[in-house]
Amino acid sequence: MKKLTASKALIASLIVLGLSGCVSVKEYQKSRINDAEMELSARKSEKFEQNFYLYREGAAGANGGKSGGGCGCN
Amino acid sequence: MKKICLSVSVLLGLLRAGYGQSVTPPAYETRKLKLEEINLVSSYYQQDGNNSAVTGGIGTEHLTDFAQSIDLVLKTTDRKNRQHTLAFDFNIDHYTSASSDNIDPLTVSSASRSDTHIYPSVAWSVHNDDRRTTQGVALSYSTEYDYKSYGLNLSFAKASADNNREISLKAGAFFDTWKVILPPELRPEGYGSGAHGDRDPIDYKPRNSYNVSLSLSQIINKRLQVLLTVEPAFQQGLLSTPFHRIYFQDGGETVERLPGNRLKLPIGFRLHYFLGDRIVVRTFYRYYIDDWGMQAHTVNLETPIKLTSFVSASPFYRFSHQSAVRYFAPYGQHKQTDQYYTSDYDISGFNSQFLGLGIRLAPPGGLFGTGHWQSVELRYGHYIRSTGMVANSITFLAKLK
Repeated sequence: MKKLTASKALIASLIVLGLSGCVSVKEYQKSRINDAEMELSARKSEKFEQNFYLYREGAAGANGGKSGGGCGCN
Repeated sequence: MKKICLSVSVLLGLLRAGYGQSVTPPAYETRKLKLEEINLVSSYYQQDGNNSAVTGGIGTEHLTDFAQSIDLVLKTTDRKNRQHTLAFDFNIDHYTSASSDNIDPLTVSSASRSDTHIYPSVAWSVHNDDRRTTQGVALSYSTEYDYKSYGLNLSFAKASADNNREISLKAGAFFDTWKVILPPELRPEGYGSGAHGDRDPIDYKPRNSYNVSLSLSQIINKRLQVLLTVEPAFQQGLLSTPFHRIYFQDGGETVERLPGNRLKLPIGFRLHYFLGDRIVVRTFYRYYIDDWGMQAHTVNLETPIKLTSFVSASPFYRFSHQSAVRYFAPYGQHKQTDQYYTSDYDISGFNSQFLGLGIRLAPPGGLFGTGHWQSVELRYGHYIRSTGMVANSITFLAKLK
């Protein structure tokens, strides 16, 4: 778990650095941010791709897909 | 006269009361539950390889899966001006699996040679604009021939005053039951096959999964936004697959055996950037670690390009690397003295790549002049794994509003 701690620290540092560069964006300035392609969650069309990653790769989660349910044994 | 005066007074009083009621505007506006969106998704997936877990790490992994999904989103606003969203999701997969067909190769009667997997869910969420909060609950169910699952998810999200930042917390639990179907040569005397009509008993075992997801999204500027997700998960119960065979170095045979619990920690980071007027850059990185000894890194890059105002093309590429769990060994390499063993290549060490293209049409007036049919999307992907497995998937999405 030592490697995990280092990775967490690195990601946390990136987030802190990123957040420090934030500017307040008004609602009328969000035309780009509100574009359908900018949506932060995975899109519906990716739904089944996520299911097959879940079954074909042992590392599930943090990807918008489900983290349990279904055996995935086939 | 007294009676007349009294009657007039009462009538005037009633009229006044009635007048008062009719001029006071209602404190809320009644809005009916309205169908907001329908998504139809069809998908075809096919794979080939030669490391089937059911035959101990060798043999065909051929699999085809035809999946259909429909989800309906309904919305309404209540007396306190809170927005309620009700989402119904119904999914059905029909698959044929040569690997599972080899559970019982002599009779070709294995339960999963061809099976249907059905998994509906219903979700309800309430968004309060004044408090900038969203609360939700979802129930799910999943059934296959040898597996049943019940799921419960709770969620809470709160946005900042300028709506540029949101923190969300989700908690989920899945309560599953396995039908313990064993390969015929490894069934104890009197143990059933699990097939229809076989009255010999078989075991049923639980597998429960619990996960918590903490997400933070932030708009950095007018073109850039990020999301961080940490999603610890814990599983307990029968985590091995009962019909996966294991072959030892000395030629002995048994079924897969894995620990009864597993703790996973995935961390995901998304960064989406709108470059110029036509290109969106969607990036994703995920780090994963668990207590079975697996570590994984996944990167994903997708760049939707707006060819015209209503046509976009999205090339995508995904690379993933994972290390094997410490209980993995290929066919014939486990020792009888090992405590746990698996030859399932899905939890072995490998690199994988997935690349493809999506095309999306979303004309402003709807497709074919129908305002309701808002968009269609076609997506093709090719998957290559360093173990030799290859797969192709094609997905079609239609969105109606």
